[in-house]
Amino acid sequence: MPEPLIQKIAVGSAAAAAAGSAGPLIEIENLSLHYGASRALKNIGLTMKEKLVTAFIGPSGCGKSTLLRCLNRMNDLIDGVRIEGEVKIGGCDIYGSDVDVIELRKRVGMVFQKSNPFPKSIYDNVAYGLRLQGVKRKSELDSIVEKSLRQAALWEEVKDRLHTSGLGLSGGQQQRLCIARAIAIQPEIILMDEPASALDPIATARIEELILELKKDFTIVIVTHNMQQAARVSDYTAFFYMGELIEFDRTASIFTNPRQKRTEDYVTGRFG
Amino acid sequence: MELDGLKQRLLTMASHAETAVNDAVRALVERDYDLALRVKEDDDVLDRFEVEIDDMVIHLLAKAPLAGDLRLVMAAMKISQNLERVGDEAAKIARRARDLSQEPPVKLQIDLQRMAALALGMLREALDSFVHRHPSAARAVIPKDKEVNALNKQISAQLADHMRENPDAIKRCLHLLVVCKSLERIADHAKNVAEEVVYLCEALDIRHAGKP
Repeated sequence: MPEPLIQKIAVGSAAAAAAGSAGPLIEIENLSLHYGASRALKNIGLTMKEKLVTAFIGPSGCGKSTLLRCLNRMNDLIDGVRIEGEVKIGGCDIYGSDVDVIELRKRVGMVFQKSNPFPKSIYDNVAYGLRLQGVKRKSELDSIVEKSLRQAALWEEVKDRLHTSGLGLSGGQQQRLCIARAIAIQPEIILMDEPASALDPIATARIEELILELKKDFTIVIVTHNMQQAARVSDYTAFFYMGELIEFDRTASIFTNPRQKRTEDYVTGRFG
Repeated sequence: MELDGLKQRLLTMASHAETAVNDAVRALVERDYDLALRVKEDDDVLDRFEVEIDDMVIHLLAKAPLAGDLRLVMAAMKISQNLERVGDEAAKIARRARDLSQEPPVKLQIDLQRMAALALGMLREALDSFVHRHPSAARAVIPKDKEVNALNKQISAQLADHMRENPDAIKRCLHLLVVCKSLERIADHAKNVAEEVVYLCEALDIRHAGKP
């Protein structure tokens, strides 16, 4: 019986951690994606290290969100999608025939542009995934809910109203609730698709501070249209254009001295 | 467009700074009292340029420029600071030229004109390398600073000897010592400008390279 993907990823990550440096966690090799006849991603090759923040930037339609969704196979839910190439997490190809996609999505959580708390209490939002995993003991649920809300920098604001509806929170709070929900089941990777684009500047700043805290424990990949945001929160940045990866480097290099002219033109606002 | 405006103001400031040094040295060599006075009075032009450019830089930084634009803004701020200091040194030379023009010339062969030509040449070449975005031309300026420093040392030693032997020339020699020091500082500022041009073009910080 093939080794479950969770264990493979855990072993891969432990090996990388034991090596004492940020090892490769996500390896994308020659990845192409077609929506029907249209090729949205072209031969993407990229390695993302663990417990670092990688930002995907590029003009609208360049394929950055499509690539993000490849990392937890959310594109499987779209009719007509065809994928070539490999995406390895912890050394295992997540598109292998023996991969349990539900298990994959526990290890690779996602936060979306529009926050989507369940129509449940704050507590039940965070506990939902845990209960699905079979956690039943109240003390254990209480402990993990509190830890997750603290990690999402939301605990102090909601600790006295955990059983009120999550929909009653502000936009920024709802997004932090969604982050708490995602991290409650202890994923290894958190994907964020423009997590702050619908938020006001103060709420955006809170999310960015949170990302910098979360990267101590999680590997984060973030899609953003806001280059200054990418410059503030990410360690590495990948620039995409018309389905191709144009340049991938340390964020400081991309934003002070990019090697490719198209990257320079994009980050200086000459197009896009 | 605002970046173009910043470049243009910096180029205009550079032109004023070059003219100030040129005129100050000419006033010294030709013992031209009126020219020396004009250079001294015009120093505040460069001061105003520095303030204006700093203001433009702040406004541009608030818009979070990136990559080459960011490097241009940073380089512009530093180059304007160096050009303002060049203006101060030109004013110092002009003040000494004004005073020396009222006194008999010092009877001593010193290579002051060559030192002035070298320092002015460095400034001109550094500013040209900025205009044409030519990092290799900028790099070529940097080693010339050693030659200016060596001349400064040589001329200072000659003046010191002359003062010992001719006490009545002390006041005039001290003026010339100040002029030498100012020319040496102008060469330093030209070197700084050249280093900023390398950073602008190559994103490489070569300041303080080669120091023990």
